[in-house]
Amino acid sequence: MRENTQLMVIAEDYSEDRTTLFGFWLYLMTDVVLFASLFAVYAVLRSNTADGPAGAEIFSMPLVATETLLLLSSSFTCGLALLAAQAGNRAKVLFSLGATFILGACFVAIEAIEFAKLVADGFGPSRSGFLSSYFTLVGTHGLHVSLGLLWMLVLMAVIFFRDLSRPIMRKLLLMSLFWHFLDIVWIFIFTVVYLLAL
Amino acid sequence: MSWQQFLFGKLSLSVIPTDPIALGGIIFMLSCGAITLGLITYFRLWGWLWREWFTSLDPKKIGIMYLGVSGVMLIRGLADTALMRAQQALSVGADQGILSANHFQQVFSAHGSIMIFFVAMGFMFALINIVLPLIIGARDVAFPFLNALSFWLFAAGAALVNLSLMLGDFSAAGWLAYPPLSELQYSPSVGVDYWIWSLQIAGLGSLLSGINFFTTVATMRAKGMTLMKMPMFAWTVLGAMTLVAFAFPILTVTLALLSLDRTLGMHSFTAEAGGNMMMYVNLIWAWGHPEVYILILPAFGVFSEIVPVFSGKKLAGYTSMVYSIWAIVVLSFIVWLHHFFTMGAGAAVNAFFGIMTMVIAIPTGVKIFNWLFTMYRGRIRFTTPMLWFMGFVVLFTMGGVAGVVLAQPPADYQLHNSLFLVAHFHSMIVSGVLFGYFAGLTYWFPKMFGFLLDERWGRHAFWCWLGGFILAFGPLYILGLMGATRRLDHYDPSMGWQGLFIVAGVGAALVLVGFLCQIIQLAVSIRDREKNRIGNDPWDGRTLEWSTTSPAPLYNFARIPEVSGRDAFWMSKAHSLPGRQAGAEASRAKQVYEHITVPKNTSAALIIAAFALLFGFGIVWHIWWLAIFGIIAAVVGVIVRGFNDDTEMILSASEVVLIERGGTWRKFI
Repeated sequence: MRENTQLMVIAEDYSEDRTTLFGFWLYLMTDVVLFASLFAVYAVLRSNTADGPAGAEIFSMPLVATETLLLLSSSFTCGLALLAAQAGNRAKVLFSLGATFILGACFVAIEAIEFAKLVADGFGPSRSGFLSSYFTLVGTHGLHVSLGLLWMLVLMAVIFFRDLSRPIMRKLLLMSLFWHFLDIVWIFIFTVVYLLAL
Repeated sequence: MSWQQFLFGKLSLSVIPTDPIALGGIIFMLSCGAITLGLITYFRLWGWLWREWFTSLDPKKIGIMYLGVSGVMLIRGLADTALMRAQQALSVGADQGILSANHFQQVFSAHGSIMIFFVAMGFMFALINIVLPLIIGARDVAFPFLNALSFWLFAAGAALVNLSLMLGDFSAAGWLAYPPLSELQYSPSVGVDYWIWSLQIAGLGSLLSGINFFTTVATMRAKGMTLMKMPMFAWTVLGAMTLVAFAFPILTVTLALLSLDRTLGMHSFTAEAGGNMMMYVNLIWAWGHPEVYILILPAFGVFSEIVPVFSGKKLAGYTSMVYSIWAIVVLSFIVWLHHFFTMGAGAAVNAFFGIMTMVIAIPTGVKIFNWLFTMYRGRIRFTTPMLWFMGFVVLFTMGGVAGVVLAQPPADYQLHNSLFLVAHFHSMIVSGVLFGYFAGLTYWFPKMFGFLLDERWGRHAFWCWLGGFILAFGPLYILGLMGATRRLDHYDPSMGWQGLFIVAGVGAALVLVGFLCQIIQLAVSIRDREKNRIGNDPWDGRTLEWSTTSPAPLYNFARIPEVSGRDAFWMSKAHSLPGRQAGAEASRAKQVYEHITVPKNTSAALIIAAFALLFGFGIVWHIWWLAIFGIIAAVVGVIVRGFNDDTEMILSASEVVLIERGGTWRKFI
């Protein structure tokens, strides 16, 4: 009898997992639409430079390449964290998440430096329609990454002080979905914004 | 920056409006608020409100709170109607009417924004909250906390709109705030910022609701309820929530870009420095057209539930109904350009969107015919919900035909932005959406409170609304053909329009009488409630929501029903003939009970939304410390709640038995 109830509890947990995962995927799809709108805006405004600079004149490709590398590696370490969590290895989870966090933080830092430099040079978001759309598209991605970092930080703290409980495992899975999703968005930004500007 | 600027931003005592009409509005609103608060305090209801309502995660209660907020906002929207109709009936030649031009512009902007975002959307989410989990045989929505958060964000948005009445002004740029008019250069006051942030905050709530209800329908249906066995209301909600998920992010982006233009001097939509204002119009309608289908689809769902019940027949053409919903969902995303044929996108583009617009009338027509076929040879009971339905069929079909006229680009060049257009979309939104929700509210009122609404006053209300609507909008069709444009605060007597405007004013007054009848209906029904308590299944319903008690217990169903076909409750009643009702009661009595997990009450949703309100208010008035504090506090609130594991409690089997045997689980009034 006791075994039976235990089985039932586990079954309930899984159905909750399923619902949460489904809902989170749906949220990610709405975020796709959000980014799609921003991409559309960028496509419309990208040649409206209003006598200001065009993309090729202000983008620093080495920096962008570094950012791409950082974010792609962070996706890899994030995957490692999930594998470690499934194996129940807490130390390894924390280590991999820590590495992901550092890589992501470096990404955000480089982006911030890039933005600050553009603003200092007089090419801020209010310079032209093109720069407005550039800053909003790339900035929205950066904001997402920053929120992902915050989420990761809280998760690490909880895993450090508590245990890898089922709800925490679920949150870890959602966070990693979010992280990979941002990676994919970045690939599109890299292509549409930076490579097409060359 | 002085410390005053730091502390209060653009806020000062001089922003309180001083003209008599606005001041009257403020005094009226403040005294209504004070009386309400006073009564709550006098009857010592604060604790009860907090425990039973504000912190509740029960979708049925959240639905009723949506109704409360939307009801209040409907009063505001109707007050705006009265002002506009009075102004247009009076402001001819030397007479300037009762409103200044700027105030008139604020009034029509507020009317549109309030009616769509805070009345229609609110009624829709109210009905979905109250009905959806019950009708699919679920105990709750997929994410109960998110649902409460959606509601409180909606309430925060509504609060921000109402604040604009007292502090500063509201947008005077129309309900969709086209740039460049809505840019800082031409609208320097805080009005447009109020518009942006009230919609942004409420819109975030709508987006979360969309995800929530879609997941609910997708994953939480009762055992045996395959997709093609779902009640039609669930199908329409699924369609509408698909639209929410795809359309609302576009609104979020559009509002954010406009806000960045206004606060950080960007150039997404400005008239200079490479901005593109027509992109705004495209973006806002890429959201805006699906939005009208978001509103109407659940109303179609309501009718699809009501017509079979009151015709005593199953819904005709179930499969074609489902396909027509999805045809509407898809097509609604490829018609947006018909809102601005006059932009000059070229003949080919206009022709494509014109044809698509006419095509979308076909699935809608399919639905109308299916309802009529359901009634055909049925044993029709002419209850108030059924009256609302029949009013809807007539007015909505006529309005739809006017829409097909507008869908033709050459005709649209003449009719664009005329009162013909205004009459058309009111035919769709008032007689479609609003009549639909009124029908649904009357039909499911006993589900919410356990007693029926008064039929006599309901009929009075219906006939006043119907007659008032025809009188108010019939003249507008004619005026539009005579060349009267929308948003006129003044015109010359030589146009010969005044007579028709006066008729429209009389119609609006009749609509107000109809609304008054609804308030009386509510009061009379509450007074006679003991007489009107007529069991759990007052209409001889067909779907699962009527198989449980009215009002339903916290967990909806003590045992999740198993479904083997459409109209599941009807089937179970048919199996236990002759004593249908008795059969359901008997099966409830001999049930075996189990423990049920339910969410615990929490104040987190209310608190997070309150911080969002502070954030919005801070941004509107450029009080940056308040905005930063609000957003950080809201994010911290989300994190704290997100990592709280203690969110559920277990009702033991014996507690469930007590509730079930105790008859009605609770009486609100």
